[in-house]
Amino acid sequence: MSDERIYLSTDSPPQEPAALVDDFTPSLITQANHHLCPGCGEPIAIRAAMEAIEELELAHSTITVFGIGCYTAFAHNLDVEVVQALHGRAPSVATGIKRMLPDGFVMTVQGDGDMVNEGLQEVLHAAARGENITCLLLNNGVFGETGGQMTTTTTLGQRTKTSIEGRDPHQHGHPILLSDLAATMDGAAYVARCAVNNAGNVARTKRYITRAYESQMAGAGFSLVEILTMCPTGWFVDTLEGPEYLQDTLAPVHNIGELKAP
Amino acid sequence: MSDRALLEGSEAIARAAVAAGCRFFTGYPMTPFTELLEHMAALLPEVDGVCMNAESELEAVGMAWGAATTGHLAATGSTGQGLSLMQESLSEITNARLPLVVFNMARGQGDYFQATRGGGHGDYRHIVLAPMDVPEAVELTGLAFELANQWRTPVMVLGDYYLAHTYQAVSVPSIKGAAPEVPDWALNGSSGGSGSAKIISPLGGGVEGEEGFDLGAHYAACAAHIQEMSAGVDPLIDIGFCDDADLVVAAYGSVGKFVRYACLRLRDAGHRVGYVRPITLWPFPSEAVHEAVAGAAKVAVYEQNMGQMVDDVRLATLGAVPVEFIGSPSWDHSGFGIGPDINVPDISERILEALS
Repeated sequence: MSDERIYLSTDSPPQEPAALVDDFTPSLITQANHHLCPGCGEPIAIRAAMEAIEELELAHSTITVFGIGCYTAFAHNLDVEVVQALHGRAPSVATGIKRMLPDGFVMTVQGDGDMVNEGLQEVLHAAARGENITCLLLNNGVFGETGGQMTTTTTLGQRTKTSIEGRDPHQHGHPILLSDLAATMDGAAYVARCAVNNAGNVARTKRYITRAYESQMAGAGFSLVEILTMCPTGWFVDTLEGPEYLQDTLAPVHNIGELKAP
Repeated sequence: MSDRALLEGSEAIARAAVAAGCRFFTGYPMTPFTELLEHMAALLPEVDGVCMNAESELEAVGMAWGAATTGHLAATGSTGQGLSLMQESLSEITNARLPLVVFNMARGQGDYFQATRGGGHGDYRHIVLAPMDVPEAVELTGLAFELANQWRTPVMVLGDYYLAHTYQAVSVPSIKGAAPEVPDWALNGSSGGSGSAKIISPLGGGVEGEEGFDLGAHYAACAAHIQEMSAGVDPLIDIGFCDDADLVVAAYGSVGKFVRYACLRLRDAGHRVGYVRPITLWPFPSEAVHEAVAGAAKVAVYEQNMGQMVDDVRLATLGAVPVEFIGSPSWDHSGFGIGPDINVPDISERILEALS
C-alpha cells in the first residue's frame, strides 16, 4: 500500500483501514479513532484545544459544552466533562454552568453553522455580557455534517450545494465575519482567528487557544478563538487540496490574527 | 419556620422556590410572568444564588439547562408564548435527564395542550401542577422542586394572570433554609482526566461508533422513563360533593376555584352538583376522575378555551358518563388572560343549563 493511495480521493470509502503509524493521541482524547472524513481540520483543532487544557492543568476543572456539527463526535471521545447542547445554544448553556461554578473552566466548541447561523445572538450576547467563558468556533464556511450547503460565513464566489454558481451577494448576501463582530464588544477580552491548514498555523492556533484559556482563568471576560478548518468533502475538492483551498478561499476574507488582546 | 404575610402571588411563589432550594433563576420579561423574575432577582442574592435577566427566552432556557447540569436547583419560566420559544430545549433537557422547574404564568387557558403534551418535539411529557390560588401555589412550588429532583425531569407549575398578581395572606417557609445536596451525577469538572469523564447529553452516553453509544436505545430508555413517571407520580385532585351528584363539573387552575365556589352556591340552593379539580394535569388523575363521576348522569367541563382538558376527562371516563363542554374562550382587551367570564353567575348559569 503506497502513501499515495491513502490520500487519493474522498469520492469513495477507503479500500483499507488507515494504518496507525504511532499513537500520538493526547491524553485527554480517549479514542484515537474518529469518524470524520480524511482531510478534515476539526480533529486538529480539537487536539490543540485538549493539549492546551492539559498543559495549563485545567483537566480537573473543565466543562466543555458542545454544539451540533461533525465535531460533535468528539463530545463522546474526551476525558474532560462534557455537556451536549442544542445547535446554536452552547453559549447560554455555558453561561448557566459558569455562573454556578465561577471557579470552573468553561468552554464551548461550535461550528460556523452552529455559532454564526443558528446561534449568532447567543455568542454576541455572551460577548457583550463579558461572560467569562471561552468559545471555540471551527469555521469551514460550509455545513459539513449535512453535506456542503452555504453558511453565513461562506465567502463570495464560494461554491456550495445551495450556492451552486458560487455565493452571489445579490442573491445570497455577504459573509459574516464573526470574530471581527465579537471584537467590537466591550465585554470581549480576547478574540483571535487562526487556521489549521499548515504547521505554522497549527502552532499559532495552539498559542491563541492557550491565551484565550489564560484570559478566562484570569477572569478577564469573554474569549473567542475562531479556527479556520478544512472540509474537502463539503468543499468538493480533493483531500490534498484542502489546505490550499482554505488559504485561497476562506483566509483572504476571514483574516488570521489576534483581533483583541490585553 | 413560616411567616404569614400578605403577598402577591409572584412573590409568594418566588419565596417558596428559594425556600425549596432554588439557586438559579432566569427569564425574559413578559406579562404576566415578569414579577416572578423581579422577585427572584431580589431574593436569590440573599442566599448566594444567581438570577439572570436573559436576552431571550431561548437563552433563558439554555442558561437554566447549564445551571441544572451543576446539580443546583434551577428554574425558569415565561408565559405560553415564551414557552413556545423554549420548547426545543425543554424536550432535550428531558432527554438529558435534568431536573428543572418551569413556571408558566399563562395568558388564559389556551395552553393546556402545550403544557400537558410536552410541547416540543419527541416522545415525552412533563409533570404539570396547576394551583388554584396563592397558598396552593406555595405548596406546589415546593413539590415541583422535589419531583424535579426525584425524577430528574422538568416539572411545570401552570399558573395565570390571577395567580401571579393576586395578593393573599399566605404562609411561606423561610428562604434561609438549606438547599438539597448536590447529587453525584452533577458536573463540576472534577472527573476530567480520570479516564471516564462525565457527560450529560440528550443523546445519551458512550463513545460514538463504539459499544455503549446507541441513540435509539437512549430514546427508548427516555420514553420508558416517561412511562415510569406516568405510573409513579401520584396525581393530586380536589373532589367535592360527587357522592350524590347528578352533574359533576370539572375545571382547573384559578378558573377551578371559581367553579368550585359556583358549585358550593348551587348546592346551597338544593342542586345536586359536584366538582372535580385536577391539580396535577400530567399525569392526569384519570382513576380519581373516573371514580368520582361514576354515579353522575353527566360531566360538564368548564375551561376558558375551545376545549382541551375535556379530552383528558373523556379519556378518564371512557364513555361511562356523557361529557359536555360548557366553557369558552374569555379575553379582555389586553389579551393577558384576564377572563371577564370568570364570574360565578355566568358559570352557575352554564352549570344549571347542563344540569337541566
